Amino acid sequence: MTSVRGTAVSLALGVAALVSLAATVGLGLSLPTTVEQDDYSRLIAIHPGLAWASYVAFGVTALASLAWLWPGTRSRTADLVAGASAEAGVVFTALTLLTGSIWGRPTWGTWWVWDARLTLSALMLALYLGYLALRRVPADPDTRARRAAVAALLAVLVVPLNHFAVEWWRTLHQGRSLQQLDPGRSLDGIFIGAMLLGFLAMSLVYAWFVVTRLRTLRLESELEDVALDLALTERRAEAVEALKA
Amino acid sequence: MWRDALLVAGKDLRVEARSRVATNQVLPFAVLVLVLFAFALEPDRGVLRTAAAGLFWVAVLLATVLAVSRSAALESGDGGRDALRLSGLDPAGVFLGKAGAVAVQLVALELVLGVGVVVLYDLEPAGLGTLAVTALVATLGLAAAGTLYGALASGLRVRETLLPLLLLPVVAPVLLAATRASEAALGTGVVGIDAGEWVGLLAAFAVVYLAAGVIAFGPLLEEG
Repeated sequence: MTSVRGTAVSLALGVAALVSLAATVGLGLSLPTTVEQDDYSRLIAIHPGLAWASYVAFGVTALASLAWLWPGTRSRTADLVAGASAEAGVVFTALTLLTGSIWGRPTWGTWWVWDARLTLSALMLALYLGYLALRRVPADPDTRARRAAVAALLAVLVVPLNHFAVEWWRTLHQGRSLQQLDPGRSLDGIFIGAMLLGFLAMSLVYAWFVVTRLRTLRLESELEDVALDLALTERRAEAVEALKA
Repeated sequence: MWRDALLVAGKDLRVEARSRVATNQVLPFAVLVLVLFAFALEPDRGVLRTAAAGLFWVAVLLATVLAVSRSAALESGDGGRDALRLSGLDPAGVFLGKAGAVAVQLVALELVLGVGVVVLYDLEPAGLGTLAVTALVATLGLAAAGTLYGALASGLRVRETLLPLLLLPVVAPVLLAATRASEAALGTGVVGIDAGEWVGLLAAFAVVYLAAGVIAFGPLLEEG
């Protein structure tokens, strides 16, 4: 049986996630304002980190799906990890779009543009909402796991496309964030520091999400089994009563 | 594999020819969508003509969902899936056959819709060669992705609502690329768009999903 309470690992992850998130917010708010963007440049502490976490999440979903499809590594855990990670990924993608939109309004003058990166991010969100819908379908667990795994491997194709979209198409969105690490780029040291701290914080939050969700998913399925056993026992008792009467 | 594909495609097309679901339901639905667009966008102001390529491909996309759902439903009743598995046909061949049958139906549908667009939206047909290549390559991609996702959703109790949610985001790039290429051929879009690049994107899409289907159809059919 899975414990209702979290393990030491999930506790440690949770604390680390909270601390690093608080540090990111603190550093982000203490960033200097810039001439072009005023306060809004401080969003660099969270927006790239959120996008990064969504990529990691969908990557983990694809790997876990691959593990499920491979007969040697097939396990219920692989399927649950894929599901838990995709749920976290959808949350991070939605937050990426939200913070990006808040950032775009003052800097680009619009909440939304139909630019390659934005469009692909929205598409990615729709794809994984479909994936999560497929996971919720009432069906035999093995059938569902198999189909979800295939769907996850098809959906993950969009992730690299999205990542390199800013280079392959001329877009309003700036280049890849990690390229800004090259010397001579326009981004200042303190901003890079805040962005990297954001990457770390979001990764830890993501890991804590997945570990916690994995536990609740296990508990859910165990509860289903218990409920099924209970129902069976009750029906048997009813049958015995009926025979006696 | 190719012989199996031809067998399955022939079977699906024969079923369609006899049941007439494609001609009596899917096709009228697609034409209806064209008419509804005309109601929504004032027909007199030339809006329809400029948007014709996009509206055409949206109608095709919606019809694809129906055609694919129908194609997957052929095997979902009466243990058809098990029969297909026991028949010894190569799963890759089954996939290619089903996708081929859907593609043939879609091409026929596009021909009728094309005439409908010319007549209803007052469009000057132009660049027919480019249009034909665009339609053919786009249809291959739609049929391949559609058949694959049709198999993912088939046999589930909620497939009618699940399939559009799964399929439409996946085929959104086809809508974009096919619309741009068609606009370039018709001369209704932004000047200076190269149809070739968009047709190339459509071809890449078709190749990726045909390959994915050939690989994934086996495991999808095998399940209990």
